[in-house]
Amino acid sequence: MDKKLRKSEKILDAALMLFSTRGFYATTIPDIAKAMGMSVGNMYNYFSSKEMLAKEIIKYSSDILGAEIRRVNEEEGNTKEKIRKIVAVYFEMASSKPQHINYFLRVYLANKEVFKDGCEGMLCVSSFVTELMIFFEEGVACGELRNQDFFSAFGLFMGYLGGFVFLSGEGVLEKDLNHYVDEIALNIYNALKH
Amino acid sequence: MSQKSTIIWLQGLTCNGNSHSFFNYPQMPSFAASFEMLYHPLLCGAEDFLSLLKSDTKFDFLILEGALSHDERLIERFGIAFYEILDVLAARAKHIICAGSCASFGGVFRLRDPQKITGALFCGKEKGGYWLEKANVINISGCPVHPRWLVETLLALHVGEKVLLDDFLRPKEVFSYLVHHGCLRNEYFEWKVDSQQLGEREGCLFYEHGCVGPMSHANCNKILWNGVSSKTRAGSPCLGCTEFDFPRVALYETQKNMSLPQTPFGISKRAYYSLAGVAKSFKIERLEKKLIDENH
Repeated sequence: MDKKLRKSEKILDAALMLFSTRGFYATTIPDIAKAMGMSVGNMYNYFSSKEMLAKEIIKYSSDILGAEIRRVNEEEGNTKEKIRKIVAVYFEMASSKPQHINYFLRVYLANKEVFKDGCEGMLCVSSFVTELMIFFEEGVACGELRNQDFFSAFGLFMGYLGGFVFLSGEGVLEKDLNHYVDEIALNIYNALKH
Repeated sequence: MSQKSTIIWLQGLTCNGNSHSFFNYPQMPSFAASFEMLYHPLLCGAEDFLSLLKSDTKFDFLILEGALSHDERLIERFGIAFYEILDVLAARAKHIICAGSCASFGGVFRLRDPQKITGALFCGKEKGGYWLEKANVINISGCPVHPRWLVETLLALHVGEKVLLDDFLRPKEVFSYLVHHGCLRNEYFEWKVDSQQLGEREGCLFYEHGCVGPMSHANCNKILWNGVSSKTRAGSPCLGCTEFDFPRVALYETQKNMSLPQTPFGISKRAYYSLAGVAKSFKIERLEKKLIDENH
């Protein structure tokens, strides 16, 4: 990876951390520059605006989560096992790198006006959504999942996981997220199975 | 051309569709200059046929139309079991040409009893049909066969050209193409804009109306039918009639898993879904409108 690309990724990481904890509007470019130990002027050599940075971050996070789900998709195993693995991957990410999921829930979904130009529809989250498409299509093709509208199934799966991570972030869960993996995976499987 | 090639046309279980399609070949005099039809069931009578059957004359082309069966209760001609006729004629033919999907893969008749009713060398996509193996068979599938596919293959063989075949023994010259190639609706396919109803000029028929043009091998949209049109140009989906699995069920409905259609031939799901998802994210106003708007 070249030096500029590596630096860009570090800026994405720093901005992701700040946006996901403080919020998009409460974070400024000087805040991010400060966290990076860079001058504000130099920051603009990498990203021309805060909005552009925000859009790059959602693609960046989507790519990371998408790559994890792709790994599950490409493994051997039945759909029931894969559901468990996807839930585990998602919760693991929410525990060890909560900034990615928090960014999605608290910045991307909550500030759609920032993303309206350039992130239309599924554009900026396509690497993640595509893997879910493949997962669902193959689940139906092998006869394990009930054939239904994609978004009905997608909403049930990801809405459930997102909501649960939100509850965890609010501190209302009594136990660690990982504790719920089996139960939630079974609920999802029972809801979607043929 | 010095000598005419000779043809015997034999029908198995058939609707006559391939014969009728062949008779629509527009340059029939030119065809007749190179070929002599020794027997065709819609043109000749029993007498012609039986004398041919009894002779030991070799001929160039045995054209088979319709699905085949060894079961004499299912099919006979002039009081003779069909398999007896076919075995005698096949042994004397230089080339065996399966005209249409029934002779190639079993077609619609195969669905009744795939154990007994098959194509010449295939039963659907499985190898092993009426014969287990035979080196001189060419499949020109289609329901019906396009007259040009048939005649141009015959002409190539007549002049001694080598005809390259795909895995289903179909001439590559025709079946390397997809029906999608040359479809006038390609822009709608690219941007995922559906056709609202059959017969209209606008929209793609792939997402709702069962079109399998992107995964069906044939050059329909390159050479057209009767030189003027094609199913997709007329606003009807490609039904995949050249493929081994024709006819599928619910031909006018797109089969989907969780709203996701089968992907175009040779394109991975990951590549197709990514691209389709991106394209679907945009609303292209021009493509939502009527192509010809009477009010503007």
